Amino acid sequence: MTAAIGLLALLGGWEALVRLGGVDPLLLPAPTQILEALWEDRALLAPDLWTTTYEVLLGLAAAIVAGAALAVAMHLSPALRRALRPLVIGSQAVPVPVIAPLVILVLGFGLAPKLLLVALVCFFPITINLYDGLRAADPDARKLLRSLQAGRWQALRLVEAPAALPAAFTGLKVAAAVAVIGAVFAEWAGAERGLGHALLTANGQLESARAFAATLLLFLLAIALYGACALLERHVVDWVPAGTRGRP
Amino acid sequence: MQIEAEAPLTGAREVGAAGVELEGVDAAYGAVAALRGVTLSVARGEIVAVVGPSGCGKSTLLELVCGLIEPAAGRVRADPAALMPQRDALLPWLSAVDNAGLALRVAGASRAAARAAAREHFAAFGLEGFERARPAALSGGMRQRVAFLRTLLAGRPVLCLDEPFGALDALTRLQMQRWLAGALAREPRTVLLVTHDVEEAVLLADRVVLLSARPGRIIEILDVELPRPRARGDRAVVELREHALRSLGETEA
Repeated sequence: MTAAIGLLALLGGWEALVRLGGVDPLLLPAPTQILEALWEDRALLAPDLWTTTYEVLLGLAAAIVAGAALAVAMHLSPALRRALRPLVIGSQAVPVPVIAPLVILVLGFGLAPKLLLVALVCFFPITINLYDGLRAADPDARKLLRSLQAGRWQALRLVEAPAALPAAFTGLKVAAAVAVIGAVFAEWAGAERGLGHALLTANGQLESARAFAATLLLFLLAIALYGACALLERHVVDWVPAGTRGRP
Repeated sequence: MQIEAEAPLTGAREVGAAGVELEGVDAAYGAVAALRGVTLSVARGEIVAVVGPSGCGKSTLLELVCGLIEPAAGRVRADPAALMPQRDALLPWLSAVDNAGLALRVAGASRAAARAAAREHFAAFGLEGFERARPAALSGGMRQRVAFLRTLLAGRPVLCLDEPFGALDALTRLQMQRWLAGALAREPRTVLLVTHDVEEAVLLADRVVLLSARPGRIIEILDVELPRPRARGDRAVVELREHALRSLGETEA
């Protein structure tokens, strides 16, 4: 409730500032102007929204598959852990805006480079949170499984993987929130569609309101993805009391 | 209550043979010596309680018997043993019935088969109606009963119970001790019961092993030749308890 009031006050202040001539609308359009652009350019922006959503969902899916495989491999094999950990951490130091053009150069203008860049941004939180979660299983439960002569795979399936789920969802939610960034950088580096592309062309044409409308859509896309993950988490991780859910 | 054991309690093996045998066993965790020179023989069907101050290597003894660790010196021989870890170690995402049937799942049974086998015992364990409840929704006593059922369903002739009632309030603890005595009377097994509660040991066990502070050595083994059921107020129980406490050197503390 207070959040809604705060948001309304902020938007009201913003609107007044622009309408009363405090800022050039070319630099900062008023909220109503952004909504107007969103409505008027809906035929233009809708396919872009779809393209970016598609890229983000596929990239996120690729990151989940690769991240989960990597986390499990690092968990099961100390040798792989030593070999891969520096690479996993180092991957986060890769400046996405700088390598995006290179990736486009190699992989072309299609879906592949977008997918790769989204996955690159997303897989770190997924891998690290899942890896930590796998190690956090109750030592007594591990001991119990060992006393039952459970194999390594059984211990993973029956105890470690379920125990890792809350942490895995934390990673997934972080990934969902940042996935959009990867898609936008990839589109900036070379694309004919997508919200990142729309943002770039709108800027070039000094259509600030449309650029902001595209940004608003990115903002909403990230929130929707996060919300979907949180909803899924509530269904899957239904044994953790609501108050503590999501904390690894 | 009929639960099949993997190995028969009697039968092909000679009657009265040891279910668990330790000979001059030393155990260590890294540089820390946990047990020193422990020699102990537990007959099949016998209930032996192990009592000692915390950190004296009681749990280590059970890990040796369950084959989870190797002795640093000496020899350990035991029939297949099932462990009930100190905290119940119930898996929070599984229902009570799935937790109880966990050993069967590990042994290769399908989820449905494990569930069916576990469900049969729920009434006898006072858990009827809680089959689908998660551990978080169960009382402390119920959690321990689920954990005990899980241990029984492992189908091993030896049960290693590590402080099974340590986390319970005094009243529940008393009820559970009575309940466990009844359950073991109906379903005899070789039992190693680790506890820090001397009275619990005297109430439940055929013999009580007193361990010293770390590294744990056997101070004394008490025979509890008292008829069952035993009550806390019985003079013989009180006398044995006081004797044990004196031996452990806790009465002056």
